[in-house]
Amino acid sequence: MQQEFTLTIYSENRIGMLNQVTSVFTRRHINIESLTTSESAIEGIHKFTIVIFSTKGEVDVLVRQIEKRIDVLKAYAFTRDEIVHQEVALYKVPTSSLFEGREIENLVRQYGARILEVTAEYTIIEKTGHKHETQELFNKLDPYGVTQFTRSGRIAINKSRKEPLNSYLRKLEKNGVNPSAYKK
Amino acid sequence: MKESQTQPVKMTGAEAVMQSLINEGVDLVFGYPGGAIMPVYDALYSVRDKINHILVRHEQGAVHAAQGYSRVTGKAGTCIVTSGPAATNTVTGIADANIDSTPLVVIVGQVGSTLLGTDAFQETDIVGISQPITKWNYQITKSEEIPWAIARAYYIARSGRPGPVLLDITKDAQFGSLDYVYKQRTSVRSYTPYPPVDPYQVEEAGRLVNLAKKPMALIGQGVVLAGAEKELIEFLEKTGIPAAQTLLGLSAIPSDHPLNVGTLGMHGNYGPNIMTNESDLLIAIGMRFDDRVTADTRRYGTKARVIHMEIDPAEINKIIHADAPVLGNVKESLPMLTGKVSKNDHSLWLEEFKACYRIEDERLISKELYPDKPQLTMPEVIRRVSAAFNDDAIMVTDVGQHQMMAMRYFKFRQTRSVVTSGGLGTMGFGLPAAIGAKLGRPDREVCLFVGDGGFQMTIQELGTIFQSKVPVKIVLLNNNFLGMVRQWQEMFFDYRYSFTELINPDFQTIAKGYHVPSVKVTERQDLDEAIGKLAAAEGPFLLEVLVEKEGNVFPMVPAGMSVEDVRLE
Ligand SMILES: Cc1ncc(C[n+]2csc(CCOP(=O)(O)OP(=O)(O)O)c2C)c(N)n1
Repeated sequence: MQQEFTLTIYSENRIGMLNQVTSVFTRRHINIESLTTSESAIEGIHKFTIVIFSTKGEVDVLVRQIEKRIDVLKAYAFTRDEIVHQEVALYKVPTSSLFEGREIENLVRQYGARILEVTAEYTIIEKTGHKHETQELFNKLDPYGVTQFTRSGRIAINKSRKEPLNSYLRKLEKNGVNPSAYKK
Repeated sequence: MKESQTQPVKMTGAEAVMQSLINEGVDLVFGYPGGAIMPVYDALYSVRDKINHILVRHEQGAVHAAQGYSRVTGKAGTCIVTSGPAATNTVTGIADANIDSTPLVVIVGQVGSTLLGTDAFQETDIVGISQPITKWNYQITKSEEIPWAIARAYYIARSGRPGPVLLDITKDAQFGSLDYVYKQRTSVRSYTPYPPVDPYQVEEAGRLVNLAKKPMALIGQGVVLAGAEKELIEFLEKTGIPAAQTLLGLSAIPSDHPLNVGTLGMHGNYGPNIMTNESDLLIAIGMRFDDRVTADTRRYGTKARVIHMEIDPAEINKIIHADAPVLGNVKESLPMLTGKVSKNDHSLWLEEFKACYRIEDERLISKELYPDKPQLTMPEVIRRVSAAFNDDAIMVTDVGQHQMMAMRYFKFRQTRSVVTSGGLGTMGFGLPAAIGAKLGRPDREVCLFVGDGGFQMTIQELGTIFQSKVPVKIVLLNNNFLGMVRQWQEMFFDYRYSFTELINPDFQTIAKGYHVPSVKVTERQDLDEAIGKLAAAEGPFLLEVLVEKEGNVFPMVPAGMSVEDVRLE
């Protein structure tokens, strides 16, 4: 059965890693719904968060195919209920429409959004939430003239108690491979 | 071989490339020079007494030759080529090595680092191009990175499930200088080449083996790559389990071993295919359930539990669900499993394979070996050539009907005797791979079977054979057709021979032009004498045999069917 999976992938911070990771999906004709990447909590280690639709069986193989790339440290796949996740959306509206009535301010309050910046010309609104929430706010704001709307990829934290990568790195150390001795 | 060199020595990047190869024990490279790799070639000139360089005629040939070398020696093969078109010419070979798990290091020149990304002359993004078909690749832009990258390249190429590594070295990194120190690599933190064998999984596998009434072992190249042939035979002989091989698993056990029941797959033997769906336990050892082996996976191993002994975690449950996956090096896990199983005898079950063989022999093999038609068949030629080499030559093949026939009719006494393009099915692989195989094992006879189509894809390597005096024995099975495709057109496209007939050149004249002695046989009565000449030749030799134009390869599991639907005619 097709369902949503959020993959977290940890890799060395090397040129071309994004290409290496995404080509695993490309080969199988899997569309990436969302992708975020930046340095992880551990210095020098990169983290990718990727959302795809797939089946349990396929995602298990995908995870191992990603881990097979030499510079990938570890990959995990989570179902929707195993993570807490958010996306950030930014909306640009003409400041004039803010003064035409209270509707926009009401929407901002109602949706738990906030106003980031106000200039004579435009106002930037920010909302954090799930995709359907940020989308809903867009639909509500649009009649007042949204001139730009942008949404980030997903970031996610899994609900299990430990950061899985930390325990993995500890295991590597125990097995005699000292990660801190690893120098380019 | 000096694995490490700790006192820094000042040298250029190009010299560091050579010194690093020497430190890795490399004494043979295949290559082709050009602008962006000239500093390396200049450094090579100084160490040509330590590193033998074989000048090929096309970079694809360099990679296939390195593959042939690797497959027969177990060492990593090495290639050196220039940037741009030379780099892209290596792509087919790299893809072939990747899918057939062959350890290679391909060193490619690149334009100067300041020109990267500017569409400079002979610039190509070879790191991007080769990314999906290499085990690892890396672009070196600084001289200091060279020893580090080469040490890592050989470690990654050779360890675990082997594979090709590409290093792209910019010209300024070759020219620049560094304080050279060298340390062979023994680990990379993000990489686990040998996953530890889980004793509980072995225990469970042992339980399944002990319970099984009709167990069957499926032997893949993993056994050969791990050097676990002895461990495999001990397991088989203790349990009495019949063993079938994949194309690349061939020669892991001798052809005449009493438990060897033949080959698996689309053109494998009748028994192993039929019995896959009679067996109650499939023990896959270092094989990956390629679709040419399994045919329709929904009707594969229908009565069987599955033990999958495999070094690469990504292969577990990829195609066939494993009831007992045993992750790890089979060299380690096989003896553990042998320790867990009780001595057994499956002679009744083995008898069922023999019965299948008798059917195949009566309906197919005897007719192919002793045809009652005037035209020569591929099987009779291959079997007689095999016998002329005392069934102990290294068999190299190209791709097509002759490849499948060679798999069926050539015989083996020792391991690492098969060099063929399995996963990618690369026409043009054979001739250059035979060159590499012969250079890797000069003490053994190397016999290439090639079709008239594939021969012409890399025929220029006859020039390499002449220049480097490589005594390979070539058997050209000429049917004036792209035979394998023609067979499919006959069977599945209603005899519509769409562009599969070849109007060929005179191969004898071509051989003469390259100074390769040759003979052509068209009649059965001349075959033995010609094979005698082939076997006796001191140097390279080409035997061309005109075989029947429209011969077909059977048995066959037609595409989309199940292994049990294997057809004998
Ligand atoms: C590079 C490449 N192109 C095309 C094919 C498809 N193909 C597979 S077998 C075959 C025919 C091979 O003909 P030949 O070399 O004469 O050998 P035969 O089958 O007659 O023994 C072809 C075209 C291939 N495997 N590789």
